[in-house]
Amino acid sequence: MSTALDHITRVRGVRGAMLVSAEDGIVVAEQLMEGIKGGAVAALAASLAGRLRRAMEAAGTGTSVFWHLQAEQGALLVVPGGNAQGGILVVAVAEPDVNIGLVRLELLRAAESVV
Amino acid sequence: MSPQTRAVESWTLQPLTDFVREASVRLVLVLTPSGQVLAQSGFSRAVDVMSAAALAAAIVATTSELARQLRQPPFAALSHQGPKMGFFLATFVTERGMLAVLAVYDLDVSSIGLVQLFYEQLAADLKTATPKGAVPKQVLAADFERELTDSLNTLFGR
Repeated sequence: MSTALDHITRVRGVRGAMLVSAEDGIVVAEQLMEGIKGGAVAALAASLAGRLRRAMEAAGTGTSVFWHLQAEQGALLVVPGGNAQGGILVVAVAEPDVNIGLVRLELLRAAESVV
Repeated sequence: MSPQTRAVESWTLQPLTDFVREASVRLVLVLTPSGQVLAQSGFSRAVDVMSAAALAAAIVATTSELARQLRQPPFAALSHQGPKMGFFLATFVTERGMLAVLAVYDLDVSSIGLVQLFYEQLAADLKTATPKGAVPKQVLAADFERELTDSLNTLFGR
C-alpha cells in the first residue's frame, strides 16, 4: 500500500495521497504533508463518491473511473477502486496547477495494485 | 426538510443544529451519563427519546466499567454499523461534567467518517458554549418524574 502511495506523492505538486474506505469515509493508509487533515479529506471524498455514484447510476452513465474536484487552493483527485460502493478510493490532494494527467495515471496504477 | 431540533439547555441548540446539518444524521441525542437529555433532533415520540437515552446511558456505563476492569481509560467512542444505518455513541468532558452524544445515520446519506469528523466539531462547540462556572443540576428521586416530564415537554415543543 505504501509503495502505491509513494508513486502518487512523487508527482510534483501532489501534497498527499490516501486510501479511503468508500463506505465508511475512514482513512486506510495515508502519506500526507503536514497541515492536511486526512480525516476531513477522507470523509469528504467518500461522501462525494457515494453521492456521485448514485447520481451516475440514476443518469445511466455507468460508474465513475476518475474524478477531479478543482478548488481555489488545491485539487482533489479520486479513482474509485474495485466495487466503488464497498471498495477503496485512491485519493490525491494536490496543488491547483498539478499535472492532472500524470496524477490520474498514478492513481489508476495504485487502484490496480491495491484492489 | 431538516429534522426538528429542540433543546432543554438552550446553549446546546446551535452546535447540535450545525452537527445535524453538516453530518446529515437522522437522529441525535445529547445527554448526561445518567440519561438526562439536554437536546434532541429527529425524534418524533417522547417514548423513543426516553428509550434511546436510557439505552445510551446504559452503554456508557457498561463500557466505562469494562474499561475500568481492563485498567484502560474510558472508551472514547462506540460505532455500530448495520446494513442500512449506523449508530455512533461518544462521550466528552465539559465544565458541567461528562456529556454523551448518540447519533443515528443512514448509510446512503452519511458515513462514520463524516459523523466522526463533525462530532469532533460538535464536542468542541459544546465545550465552548457550556455556561462557565455552571454546576451540574442534581435531579433528586422525588423530582425525577416532574423533571422528566418538563424535559420531554420542552423537547417536543409542548
